[in-house]
Order: sequence, then structure tokens, then C-alpha cells
Amino acid sequence: MTNYETVIGLEVHVELKTRSKIFCDSTTEFGGEPNTHVCPVCLGLPGVLPVVNKTVVEYAIRAALALNCQIAGFSKFDRKNYYYPDMPKNYQISQYDLPIAGHGYLDIDVNNEVRRIGITRLHMEEDTGKLVHQGTITTTPYSLVDYNRAGVPLVEIVSGPDLRSPEEARVYMEKLKTIIQYTGVSDCKMEEGSLRCDANISIRPVGNEQFGTKTEIKNLNSFKALYRALSYEVERQTGVLNKGGRIVQETRTWDEREGVTLPLRSKEYAHDYRYFPDPDLVPMIIDPEWVEDIRRSLPELPDARRERYMQEYGLPGYDAGILTSTKELADFFESCVSAYPNPKAVSNWMMGDLSRLLNAGGVELTACKIKPAQLASLLQLMDEGIISGRIAKTVFEEMFASGKDPGDIVKEKGLVQISDKSAIMAVVEDVLAKNPKSAADFRAGKERALGFLVGQVMKTTRGKANPELVDKLLKEKLLQEKL
Amino acid sequence: MEDRIAAYITRTREKALEQARAVDRQIRNGEKISPLAGIPVAVKDNICTDGILTTAASRMLAGFVPPYSATVVKRLEAAGATLPGKTNLDEFAMGSSTENSAFFTTRNPWDTGRVPGGSSGGSAAAVACGEAVCALGSDTGGSIRLPASFCGVIGFKPTYGAVSRYGLIAFASSLDQIGPFSRDVTDCALLLNAICGHDPLDSTSARFDVPDFTRFLVNDIRGMKIGVPEEYMAEGINSGVREVVVKAIALLESLGASVEYTNLPHTEYALSTYYLIAPAEASSNLARYDGVRYGFRAAKTSDVMDMFMKTRSQGFGAEVKRRIMLGTYALSAGYYDAYYLKALKVRTLIKEDFDRAFEKYDLLVSPVSPTTAFRCGEKTGDPLEMYLSDICTISLNLAGIPGMSIPCGFVEGMPVGLQLMGKHFDEGTLLRAAYTFEQNSDYHRAFPVL
Ligand SMILES: [Zn+2]
Repeated sequence: MTNYETVIGLEVHVELKTRSKIFCDSTTEFGGEPNTHVCPVCLGLPGVLPVVNKTVVEYAIRAALALNCQIAGFSKFDRKNYYYPDMPKNYQISQYDLPIAGHGYLDIDVNNEVRRIGITRLHMEEDTGKLVHQGTITTTPYSLVDYNRAGVPLVEIVSGPDLRSPEEARVYMEKLKTIIQYTGVSDCKMEEGSLRCDANISIRPVGNEQFGTKTEIKNLNSFKALYRALSYEVERQTGVLNKGGRIVQETRTWDEREGVTLPLRSKEYAHDYRYFPDPDLVPMIIDPEWVEDIRRSLPELPDARRERYMQEYGLPGYDAGILTSTKELADFFESCVSAYPNPKAVSNWMMGDLSRLLNAGGVELTACKIKPAQLASLLQLMDEGIISGRIAKTVFEEMFASGKDPGDIVKEKGLVQISDKSAIMAVVEDVLAKNPKSAADFRAGKERALGFLVGQVMKTTRGKANPELVDKLLKEKLLQEKL
Repeated sequence: MEDRIAAYITRTREKALEQARAVDRQIRNGEKISPLAGIPVAVKDNICTDGILTTAASRMLAGFVPPYSATVVKRLEAAGATLPGKTNLDEFAMGSSTENSAFFTTRNPWDTGRVPGGSSGGSAAAVACGEAVCALGSDTGGSIRLPASFCGVIGFKPTYGAVSRYGLIAFASSLDQIGPFSRDVTDCALLLNAICGHDPLDSTSARFDVPDFTRFLVNDIRGMKIGVPEEYMAEGINSGVREVVVKAIALLESLGASVEYTNLPHTEYALSTYYLIAPAEASSNLARYDGVRYGFRAAKTSDVMDMFMKTRSQGFGAEVKRRIMLGTYALSAGYYDAYYLKALKVRTLIKEDFDRAFEKYDLLVSPVSPTTAFRCGEKTGDPLEMYLSDICTISLNLAGIPGMSIPCGFVEGMPVGLQLMGKHFDEGTLLRAAYTFEQNSDYHRAFPVL
């Protein structure tokens, strides 16, 4: 049986979070009653004209620079003509042969190997509206149209056919999301549709230079869907070829529920878009000075930041990778480290308790009540011996719930660690008196009995006893009496 | 009068009176008023007027009331002009006779058996018969100049980008330009003062210093260098028209201009270039009329594609459909390079013809049209014959330069227009030549007897 190699290219649409739409002043805010975020321009009423929102061009350049693209000196908008009721003008203003940027790349880590994925082009375009069907698309007696999204700015980022597995595609997509989020030009929320993906996929016998016939997969609304749909498609295409069949070049849609890709009626996508330069918009001459200004304003990007965390903070690659996976997380980390310069300890808390609580509560870091300075002071309290590690975890949960300062919580709840030797000794003596059997066990060499006794002391002091001291005093006492 | 001419699709008597009363109040209060205050300026019905029916003479937009005004309308209102109504045109400005209006044909005031020209026939006729003092039209291939010529009034197509297109229902975006009709050159200059200038709502509107156009109203063209393109005087031009134009040129020469014949060698390709570019843009511009959001929607349709097709086949007239099909074809995969792209290249050559000519001349002159106004129905059966009416005017739109039609005589009682052509943004030279011609002739004083 032939061994096949998978070839994947992704077309990713990213919604830019400018305040107003790409060619008018209407708001880009998500949601809203249908057809309330509209004006004559984005509704395509007769006689109105588009005017480019300069911030859209700036954001597109920002994203492109972060993806190592070259910015065009001369660029223009074109009309992509096709009829669909969610398009107010029955053409979409997009960019065809002179996109704003291209020839970039993005590095991904797969199995500890760095793979460089080409970015063929990045172009700007307007989003369309949305059809609201009454029931399913095939049985609906009529459909309503909501044009709130019509004219929202998008960039389309097209990768080269450089991805070699569904896993690489998923990693690429995640990395792309991270980079775009870093630049601040988009929220990249897949669930709100501000990050969307179509995939082109083909397979070819290993060693073949020539590409196989590709299919295009639409409706990939999550990383999981992307991975599953591509995996399914690899299997399907392999099956077809192994049975001596041929791959049909077609557009397929991912059916999440059935876990299969299905062909879309080819008629629907057999378009001749009749692209031509939009005569309502003048070509853009991009000032290289402006591009350099934008380049200078870019934040440190994830790869560079990860590298720095390893060098400067001595963090393991794994920690550095996770901490830099979003800009918010990395900013939180650095802010915390500046107040409490023990990077590994901060990293452990963030990757452990913080991420556990965020996940469990479904809370975004941006909405987290704990501020970096508060985590730093919690760690400080531990270092100073004011609270134990165990108490710290309780305090942390309280901080997460209320947003209060750890010092205040410790005071209010009387959680200050008992480090007074005589106070602890009194409890130790009491516990030993009440648990002669365990004491005898320990003396007979059963080390495990010590754990029980420590637990009893901690229980009596409601966790506040300094655990090291408890341990030390218990051992002292037991050994003393043995003699 | 209106019964016989049928210049207006919509009359806005109440609005005009209200505007006039406001001007009266200003005068009573001793306020300073603009030269256009209280002057009735009719507006072609493809220019949007807030709260007033705007149809582009199409069934497709029957009942469409825009919630916004075109920039030019706002500027006229700001200048105190009143709006007597919205004038008839060829549907979506596609035509040369106003016979393509979906509603009715406007008549030529000089002979009601003849067409007023098009597409801005309603505006030209209204000004010619005194139903409006001035009017606005739009010119994509001659749609201001041709009806001005046929109706014996002044029509001015400014440089592309000199007047905002915001609110003008697009036919061919890279060619469309709004401009004035008037009975004399002075009014023309006053209207240009009102409507020219950059508009942030139109990306193609130019940033330029708008002069006070009345300062070009000078009765002196001594030393002006005038070229006459031979291609515009060749066979195909009616001999009567040629005679009148030659006489007009002689008058300009006698007033101190130097006149020479010259060449615009790519003229013969202008018509075919135009009929690729204009329909290509139109096919896309008119795609939005689908019955989903506004305007006409066909009844009894089975699904959305059926609705699109029935709406468009019932809503558009024959000429509009012909141009949409022509344009769709020109932009189609496999034909784009051979047709549309080639047309763009020829367009550049045509523009370069003018650039070269204007290295030598301040002004070019020619007839506006090969004939005077033809009879109603005479050319409706033969679109190519109709297209030839624009043979002298379309090159200017392709090149983006300003052009003007001024009355320069009659053939068998029908007016003839002289076309003046100038450099980009050199409207002033046209006005100066037109004003001088006017001061030394009396064609503009002739009035049709109805
Ligand atoms: Zn809008």
C-alpha cells in the first residue's frame, strides 16, 4: 500500500477590532438588535460611496508585520462580484492582485522541531451580513437578513501549502491566533466568528513533488473541528486513492455532529467572481515611514518573549511557552515577577493554582479578580513565614473569589501561622497523650505514623501551625521519650 | 407647458415654496444672501434627495425615497437654491434620448416631435423651456453635453473629481460626473462655485483649490490657442452641423484666438473602449438592485435566486439589461484580459492624446454631436446608431477632462452645440471662451416657441 503525505494550506479570516467599519462610521460592536449597526453606506443604498477607514489599513499592516510579511508600496481594492442576499451590494470589496502584504512566514513547534510556514498573502476585505433562517436552511419558508456585520473589517491570511498534518494545522492556527492577539488588532474569538478558517487539503505519495487534487473544507469553527475535519479528510482521501479512485476537486463542509466532511453542491461555489479594481476607491500608496512607525509600535512577539523568559528568567521551555501563549498571561507574569523576583515560583503558581481556578470557573485572565501585585504579596507572606504553603492555597482561593488583598484575608480570618515553639509543643504533647498507639508505632519504626500525628497537630491548630516546626517538635518529642 | 415637455418625474412645488419663503425672510431681515438664493435649480432624478422620491427613471427604484441627500444637493440647499423637482432621464442614465426612461419620454422644447437628448434630457428641456432657471445633470459619456446641445442651453461636465459623486446613483463610477445646465455662462459659473470642491464622502473627489469661477467671465480670448481635432469633424458629422461649427470657430478666431487643426489619433477606439468600461462598471454597480432591501421586488417567486432573477428581469428595461450583460461578459474569466484590460490600456492612450494636444493648445473645440435632435423613435430600434450620438463626447469622460456645450447656431430650426474641451481642472479656460463667445453672439438669447 502507498504511503501518502498530507499537504494542507489554511485561509484564515480575522476580524479587526477597529471601532468603526471598514468603509463607513457604523460601529463594529458584536451583537446588537438586527440591522441597528448600519448606515446607508454599509447597506449599499443607491448612490452612496465607500471611504477607507485608515485604522483598518494600519491594523492590517500591523498584523502583516507580526507575520514577517513584506508590505506593498502600492495596493488597491477590488470588487468580488457574486449574488448572495447577505451582501448588500452583491459584490464584496476585497483585494485581488495587489494585496496589502505577502511573502511572510510563521514558525511553529511540532514534536520539538521548528517548521517555517509561509504566509503567501494578507489582504483586507469587508465582512458580509448574516442570514437568519426560520428553521433549517432547506425547509425555511423565508429568511431574514441582519446586516450588522456587513462592512466589518477583515484580513484574510493565506498560508502556503506547507502544513503536513492536521496537528501542524492546529498548531499553526493556535500560533497565528497568539500572534494576532499580541498585536492587539483582533480578539480572535472563534466563538464570535472573529477568527475563521477554511482549509485546502490534498495528499500525495511520499516523495512526489506534484500536489494531489485538493478539496476545500469550510465551517471549521474551532481548533478541534479543524483537527478532526482534516484528520477525517486525510483518511477519506487515502481510502479513495487506495481503492483506485480519484479525488474530486470540490468544496466540502464539516459536519460536527456526524464527524464527517460532506460535499457542498458544486453549483453553489462554481463562481466566476469577475474581479476588477473598485472605481469608487483610489489606489493606496503606502508610506514606508508609516510602516516603520507601525513596526516600532509592535509589542515583543511570542517567540522573542519565550526566548527571553528562558534566558533572562531561567524558565524551562515548557513554562516559557505557556506563559507567553497569550499577551495577557505574559504581562501578568512579568508584572508579578517585578514585585516578587522569583520567576519559577510565580510560574508555578500561575500554571498551577491560577490556571486551575480560571479553567474551573470558565474565567478569562482579563476578568480575573487577582491582580499580579496581590499574587506577589501572597508569595511574600509565605517567604516571611507568616502563612504556610497550605494556608496560602486557601488564601489564594479566597483572593480569586473576592479580589481581596492576601494580607487582609490572613488578618480577618486569623490565619497567621503559629511559629511559637512553646505553643506548638503544648499541642504536640497533647496529641501524643491522646494517641499513644501511633506514638508507639512510630517508635517501633513505622515512619508513616508520623504523618498521622502531624495531621492531628495541624487539625487542632486549624492548619495554622508552622508545618516544619510541627514536624521538628514531634520528632524531637518522640525520640526524646524513646530514650 | 409641462404637459407638452414632460421634463419632471417628480415636482416638488411645496418644497420649492418653503425654500423660497426662507429666502424671503432672509431678505426681509436684511441678511446677506448668496447669488443662487431663491433660484430654482432642477435636479436629475438619479441624484438622491432626502425624503424625496429618487427613481433613476427605473421601475426598479419606483417608490425609493432615500434617507440622505447627495452632497451636491446639500451644497445647493446651503446656497439657498430652491428645488422645483426631479427631472426625467434615460433609465440609470443609460441612453442618449431620454426614451429609455421607464416612465415616459421627455420632448424637445424646440420641436416636441424630437428627443431632448440624453441621458439628462429632463434637466436640459426644463432649462430650455424655462421650467427651471438652472439644473443639475450627470455625464458619463455625454449625458450633460448632448441634451444641452439638442435643447440649445449650456451644459458643463467638470473634470472628473471636481464635483462629489456622493448620492449620485452610479452608472459607471470612473466616468460619472455631475454638472450644471443653465441659459448663460454666468449662471453656469455660479453653479460651479456652489457644487465644486472636495468631499470627504467621495474618495475619488479631488483636493484642489476651487477658484471663484466668476472671475473667468472675461470677454477676451486674445492669444488663446485653440485646436480643432480633425477626427471630430470627419465624415459622419452632419454637413449642416459642421457648417455651423466651422462658423463658430471662425468667430472665435475673429475674436483673437489662434485656431489650428490637430489630431487625437486614438479617437476611433473611444466608442468601443467606452462600451467595455462603462457596462463593466455598471454590471457591478447595478448588482445591488435585487429586491432584498428596497425598490421593486417581483411577486410570486420560489426561492431567493428566483427572486433575484425575476426582480431583475422585470425591474430593468432593455437597454439596462443589454449593458449589464455586455459588462458581465467583458469581466468574465477568459475575456477580462482581451476586453476589460485592453480597454483600460486604450483609455490611457486616449488620455495621452489629450495630454499631447494640451501641450500645444489651451482649448480644443468640436461639435457636441454629429446631428441635431433626432425624431422620437428614430433610433430606438438600433442601439449602435444611438451610441454614435456620443461619438464626440465620450473621449472626455475616458480622459477625465472638462467639457462644455454652448449654443452656437441652428440647423433647420434645431439648436447646435459647440463643444469646448480643456485640461484637467482648467474649467476657467472653458468659461472664458464660452463667455467671450456668448458676449459676441446671440444664440443663447433664442427661446423655443411652444
Ligand atoms: Zn455603515
